[in-house]
Amino acid sequence: MSTLDVRNVALRFGDRQILDDVSFSIGAGEFTGLIGSNGVGKTTLLRAILGLQSIDAGTIVVNGETERSHRIGYVPQKISIDPETPLRARDFVALGINANRFGLRRYTSDEKARITQYLEAVGAASFADTRIGELSGGELQRILIAHALISAPSLLLLDEPLANLDPRSVQEIVALLHSVSKQFGIAVLLSAHEMNALLPVMDRIAYLTAGRCASGTTEEVVQSDVLSRLYGHHVDVLRLHGRVLVVAEPSDDVDHLPSHATLNLDE
Amino acid sequence: MRYLFEPGLFSSSPALHALFLSAVVAAVSAVVGVYVILRSNSFSGHALTDVATTGGAGAAFVGFAPLVGFIGGALAGAGAIEVVGRDNAQHRDTATGLVLGAATGLSALFLYLTATNSTTTGVTQQVLFGSIFSVSTATIPVAALLAILIVGVMGLIARPLTLASLSPDIARAHGVPSRRLGVIFLVCTSVSVGLSAITLGSVLSTALIIGPAATALRLSKNIWRATLASVAIGIGACWAGIVIAYDSYYWHRSSQELPVSCCVVAVIVAFYGASSALRRLRSRHV
Repeated sequence: MSTLDVRNVALRFGDRQILDDVSFSIGAGEFTGLIGSNGVGKTTLLRAILGLQSIDAGTIVVNGETERSHRIGYVPQKISIDPETPLRARDFVALGINANRFGLRRYTSDEKARITQYLEAVGAASFADTRIGELSGGELQRILIAHALISAPSLLLLDEPLANLDPRSVQEIVALLHSVSKQFGIAVLLSAHEMNALLPVMDRIAYLTAGRCASGTTEEVVQSDVLSRLYGHHVDVLRLHGRVLVVAEPSDDVDHLPSHATLNLDE
Repeated sequence: MRYLFEPGLFSSSPALHALFLSAVVAAVSAVVGVYVILRSNSFSGHALTDVATTGGAGAAFVGFAPLVGFIGGALAGAGAIEVVGRDNAQHRDTATGLVLGAATGLSALFLYLTATNSTTTGVTQQVLFGSIFSVSTATIPVAALLAILIVGVMGLIARPLTLASLSPDIARAHGVPSRRLGVIFLVCTSVSVGLSAITLGSVLSTALIIGPAATALRLSKNIWRATLASVAIGIGACWAGIVIAYDSYYWHRSSQELPVSCCVVAVIVAFYGASSALRRLRSRHV
């Protein structure tokens, strides 16, 4: 049984068809990249998997259930926290333990040990006692990951966690997520508009464009014919020093633009 | 000044009632205030006090107990803000502003009508700036019960509310009902505004909610400790303010005492100023 099964999902906002017929699945401990350019519906799809967004057609099955059991870890795209917020990084991770339980709680020594263990696992021990609003982007990302992991999810969703990070942090976060997925057997679905940083670790790829999705191993999907079919026009896939570039064929239309298409400032 | 505590403070029953009531109210306000700031709700929090004014003024006009008017007004305002702002979160501030304007207009009307139609003097002063020495003895146990209730509810929702305040989406992914928690919190804020209004007056009640919490958040980076500090600062400011106001009766030959609310707010502002200075000193040493 796969951890996540997305079947023929369609979703529209008003007149705009965001997702048309999207299907893919992820098995336990698999690292999957959800790749697509900005505005293609990655965030919407992740929110639909979480149950925060209703879908118009298709099914989303997590751990064999269509009802959400809340065993999904989530790292959203943008979260801004006031520097004066009275929570240490450690406290934010702690909030992930039985987060939906009401009432005050004292953490047992077991739980305290677990909090420290997860802080160390994401390499956050050195800033565990810093106010969460004072962390850098890469540091906050690690804390959000530790917060998600401490609730022992079977599936971890991350929305563009690599955007706005410096190249070194990108490498570190990718390596961290890869080791986490293998160590804890968690299925990871990570959205990104750029796949190269993920190539060494991706078990599978879900390539999203124009509301449709091609999925499989990187070798299967990142091929000129597969992506050309997905885009609906010819694209080339260039491989260079272990990196991949997807480029559209130069269009003839550009040379034959009608003359009135030039901008006339006098009018 | 002959004594720190002028004669009769602890044997005067209005003064003792004032000390008790202000402590209860300050504690609730301080707890709620921490989350008002955490949720960046200061503006709608303030708007609630304006709507509470309308309620208080209306109650004075009709002859209801002030506490009923204040809390009723704040709850109605919270409902209005919630309904008008529901469709579009970005318009929430606009909705708040509209509710605030309408409410203040109504307050003016009620206060005018009450002042011209009745023999009660100083009703405007009482509604806007409070009258803690003349709160009716029947109100005090009601206020205490409400305070216990609100602190209890806050204790129940504090943990999920903290998460929902920082990121509603992360909270929802954990199965936390972010939206419903927000509504429950708004009700807690409304009651707390009402309680604060009978103490400091409706206009100054924000000071008791925001002030101690803002001071405490600068002092501690642990939310539970910050909440306790906020409670201590709130109670301390109220008591100091009451003592100053009581003592001020003896300062002048005219035997005029300063308004309590003015003294309390002055102490709160002084605390906040001191915390800023302390923070600056600390960061210079790091």
